[in-house]
Amino acid sequence: MAIAKVNGVEVEFEPGMTVLQVAELAGEEIPRFCYHERLSIAGNCRMCLVEVKPGPPKPQASCALPAAEGQEIFTKTPMVKKAREGVMEFLLINHPLDCPICDQGGECDLQDQAVGYGRDESRYDENKRAVEEKAMGPLIKTVMTRCIQCTRCVRFITEVAGSPEIGLISRGEDVEITTYLGAAVTSELSANVIDLCPVGALTSKPYAFEARPWELKKTESIDVMDALGSSIRVDARANAVLRVLPRINEDVNEEWISDKTRYAVDGLQRQRLDRPYVRVDGKLKPATWNEAFAAVAAKIKATAPERIGVIAGDLQDAESLKATKDLFTALGVKNLDARQDGSALGAGPRESWLFNSTIAGIEDADVVLFVGANPRLEAPVLNARFRKQWIAGKTRFGVIGEQADLTFGYDYLGAGAKTLSGLAKAKADFVAALKAAERPAIIVGQGALSRADGAAILKAAAGLAKTFNVVREGWNGWNVLHTAAARVAGLDLGFVPGEGALAAGDMLKPGAVDVLFLLGADECETAASDAFKIYLGTHGDAGAHKADVILPGAAYTEKNGLYVNTEGRVQIGKRAVFPKGEAKEDWSILRALSEVLGHKLPYDSLDQLRAKLFADHPTFGQIDFAPGSVPTVFDLATVGGEGEVSDAPFESAVKAFHLTNPIARASVTMAECAANVSAASKIAAE
Amino acid sequence: MMSRITQAVKGVALLDFAGAFGLAMKYLVAPKKTVIYPNERGPQSPRFRGEHALRRYPNGEERCIACKLCEAICPAQAITIEAEPREDGSRRTTRYDIDMVKCIYCGLCQEACPVDAIVEGPNIEFAVETREELYYDKEKLLDNGDRWERLIAKNLELDAPYR
Repeated sequence: MAIAKVNGVEVEFEPGMTVLQVAELAGEEIPRFCYHERLSIAGNCRMCLVEVKPGPPKPQASCALPAAEGQEIFTKTPMVKKAREGVMEFLLINHPLDCPICDQGGECDLQDQAVGYGRDESRYDENKRAVEEKAMGPLIKTVMTRCIQCTRCVRFITEVAGSPEIGLISRGEDVEITTYLGAAVTSELSANVIDLCPVGALTSKPYAFEARPWELKKTESIDVMDALGSSIRVDARANAVLRVLPRINEDVNEEWISDKTRYAVDGLQRQRLDRPYVRVDGKLKPATWNEAFAAVAAKIKATAPERIGVIAGDLQDAESLKATKDLFTALGVKNLDARQDGSALGAGPRESWLFNSTIAGIEDADVVLFVGANPRLEAPVLNARFRKQWIAGKTRFGVIGEQADLTFGYDYLGAGAKTLSGLAKAKADFVAALKAAERPAIIVGQGALSRADGAAILKAAAGLAKTFNVVREGWNGWNVLHTAAARVAGLDLGFVPGEGALAAGDMLKPGAVDVLFLLGADECETAASDAFKIYLGTHGDAGAHKADVILPGAAYTEKNGLYVNTEGRVQIGKRAVFPKGEAKEDWSILRALSEVLGHKLPYDSLDQLRAKLFADHPTFGQIDFAPGSVPTVFDLATVGGEGEVSDAPFESAVKAFHLTNPIARASVTMAECAANVSAASKIAAE
Repeated sequence: MMSRITQAVKGVALLDFAGAFGLAMKYLVAPKKTVIYPNERGPQSPRFRGEHALRRYPNGEERCIACKLCEAICPAQAITIEAEPREDGSRRTTRYDIDMVKCIYCGLCQEACPVDAIVEGPNIEFAVETREELYYDKEKLLDNGDRWERLIAKNLELDAPYR
């Protein structure tokens, strides 16, 4: 540890820190535009000027100056004040000062810092420069005249997102931010540049002019668009969710979220089920809750438990899964499945279906092997971590599955399951690295597991993990990357078929069951099944279309709920707005239904339900704890099942990134993004 | 002792009466202050804060740009604004409501407005028969603006040197 003085106060710091970081350690605020903790240092806004002794008698950019032993840093001297005022005046020379029509107004770094550090009026009365707007796709609105050339967006899209589509051209007064050939930005993380932009040059297009930051009710919650469970802030006004922003959570999403997380929320206003429906003479007719419950009860009471099937969807909270399981177990139903895609997970120890290295811990892995996973589409925020490791040169990657652009370099090993079993012999180079690795990791995706031979593939992957000693004392490198936010909670609850019962795929076959209860299940094909279908969910999507009774539920922004992410971390989602119309929170619908069915669930409030959940399944009580953060050794031999392995290549579980769930499919913005991506891939194909 | 004597002398000479009578006679012939409303009106300052109006530019374009500063500053929370991009991409309100019953006529909306769009005009005669008529919408406010523009512009000009 070295020691420097900040405004006369001694501060200890790690060698290698910059003057700006040391000043922050001392509690001094340094204004900045271009500097950002998670991006490389550019040093081009000059707002962070401080006085440093020893050194030349002029202000220095603190973000780019390494701190040194015995340095004296001054942040409040007249020289610093004058320098900052000068820099601010220069920045404002070409800034239009159109704050009243700018969406950044009220949450703008330039606004705030101009108040704090600027002069009271400008001495500039020449013409200001104007810059043409750039097309950046359906998410990013540009007003380039406002740009102060901090290049945060360029650095983010190049370094973190890994698709260098934004750049800075020309010099001096002609300098401009632009996209490559004026094309739309295609990265799945692109909209993070909106948060990074310290001025209003890049703002959110779907949210344009909708609201001011001070009008919004902010609720800290958890995302359900992928299985990472990113920390988000839901901004709502008058019972409508207007936007979603990331929260900083170093263990999960750092401070990024994917475009789907951010922009699928306009789907919460469309295609909603806001009242119960009952199918009469082949047509869905609006009904009251009592009529809907009566229709459900009549059918369920008249059906033997073996002929009832329950499938849970991908966006459910743990409480609704628990209530569903309790209700149907009380009825004697064993055909329960939370795996719509037919994934082979769910048997064996809990570690076998978790991302055991933890999302933050995977950064320590030195060799990573992907099996049937495309992290860029399945978990874009996690993909940014892999890219970070790759840039740092810390990790070597190998892929069995799709040969896609993952934004980082990897050894392509093969397309399908045959590569998996033959890996130990072939691909000597990568295998040697995997063997020699101190912290090797295998990441198994749903693309490999959700097929007919999934259990056998899981066994083969576990065998490979055993061969390479991936699970060892102090390091657990066995990782499953889920794509559904509700999946781990479902597996933890044992929401899987009991002894001799039917799995989701079998329930959907014609004649397999007489009653099918779909808890927000929209990703499975129910058309073939001739069962009486009851759908509890939020959107008029695949599940509701074929349903005989529709019970309107609450979406993830409309209920308090627990979600378990792919690493087994239990997180709390909070209600930001109320359910639409007559819709109710899912657990309370199930509680009411249970009374009609004559098997009253033993809880009358969400707290009582949670108490029961924690008592029956203690892992749910460990809020915000990733089990993998304390690595445990488990027996890989118990993972997977016997069976024939087919040679069909692994396909990613996510085919259209923007359209993976009913909320996203109802979203206009997501539809535009999907169209944009398919147009871009058509051009690329030509 | 002396004061009692003076008082007695004044009383006998009817001096108090004469003074009061004189005053009454003076006002009897002096010009009248009372105005015969509504045919006559008292003077009104250019800063007078009466009924609200939304103004337009001389080319007919509405001034309001939906910055929502008036909504934010309104101490009575009488203003409600919703906005979206207009067809030409400019920032405009789709809804601009003032609850004239909530309004306390403090004039802060006018102070906050960066484009002089919302103003409190000189009109004081907007009494109505039902409460609902006092919930002003954008159409009504713009109509007020068109109606009172000449006076409003003149008042703003008169007040400009003091801002």
